[in-house]
Amino acid sequence: MGEVTAADPARRAVIRDSLSVGLATAAYGISFGALSVASGLDVWQTMFLSLVMFTGGSQFALIGVLAGGGPASAGPAIAAAALLGVRNVVYGMRMKPVVDDGGPMRRVGAAWLTIDESTAVALAQSDERSARLGFWLTGTIVFVGWNLTTLLGALIGDALGDTRAWGLDAAAAAAFLGLLWPRLKRRQAGAVAVGAAIVAAATTPVLVPGLPVLVAASVALVVGWFDWFGRRGSA
Amino acid sequence: MTTWHVILIATAATLALKLGGYVVPAGFLERERPARIADLLTVALLAALIVVQTLGAGQAIVLDARVPAVIVAAALYALRVPFVVVVVVAAAVAAGIRAFT
Repeated sequence: MGEVTAADPARRAVIRDSLSVGLATAAYGISFGALSVASGLDVWQTMFLSLVMFTGGSQFALIGVLAGGGPASAGPAIAAAALLGVRNVVYGMRMKPVVDDGGPMRRVGAAWLTIDESTAVALAQSDERSARLGFWLTGTIVFVGWNLTTLLGALIGDALGDTRAWGLDAAAAAAFLGLLWPRLKRRQAGAVAVGAAIVAAATTPVLVPGLPVLVAASVALVVGWFDWFGRRGSA
Repeated sequence: MTTWHVILIATAATLALKLGGYVVPAGFLERERPARIADLLTVALLAALIVVQTLGAGQAIVLDARVPAVIVAAALYALRVPFVVVVVVAAAVAAGIRAFT
């Protein structure tokens, strides 16, 4: 009994973390649903992405590149979504010792729910039990909420008609900015963002739509490889 | 390639990556350099997508109602306004400019 009471405040704290992060994130789903329909996907395709792909950055990237480029952008759209999913490999490696404690079904479930938010809440906990609870709870809340709000957004987007008149193209840019913003705390990240933005703008007139995004990704490769603008490089 | 093909291939790729972290031997991406590149890759892609989404029109670079909308969005993020509110305001700014010009 003593153990239960001792764990109680930690348990309440992790439930509170999971709820606030989960509900706030789930709300983004409205913008994803509306923008996805605006970019030419139907409601089923939009729902498939939120249910099965279930990783916001890649979902936004896929519809963003498809909307800009038409059929020629199919390859770049797939590549952009996949490259944005690379960080989930790192998350999976960090979460494996904490949540991969059952059979193959548990592992697939954990992988499915491995996203920015579930990983962040889990890593913020001080003990393993809270971390495990935070991961599953946050992942589940985001999954359910994200899919409900995606459906709502898709139906709204469907009803809007002319999406440009409603400013949904600008909303998509603002959504990407919102995903980027929390990652800009370090100087190296800021430098990479500026470099990638310049490369994307410079190559847009000469490359097939979608490709500039992938070429700009090479900025991360170069800066990351040599650790430019990193702690060691700062005076 | 139909839209469904694109969706299915991209989804298979992202799911494989998610599962990858649980099945490949730990270590590789835990090392400093690969982990740093994986982090920065996300930043570079998002920054490039912002530019293309704000200035791109096919292969042309265009300055239109999207630019002030994104500037307003940046200001609101700096003020810690929630994501959903910012996205709606950005849409409203662009829609307003288009309605009155």
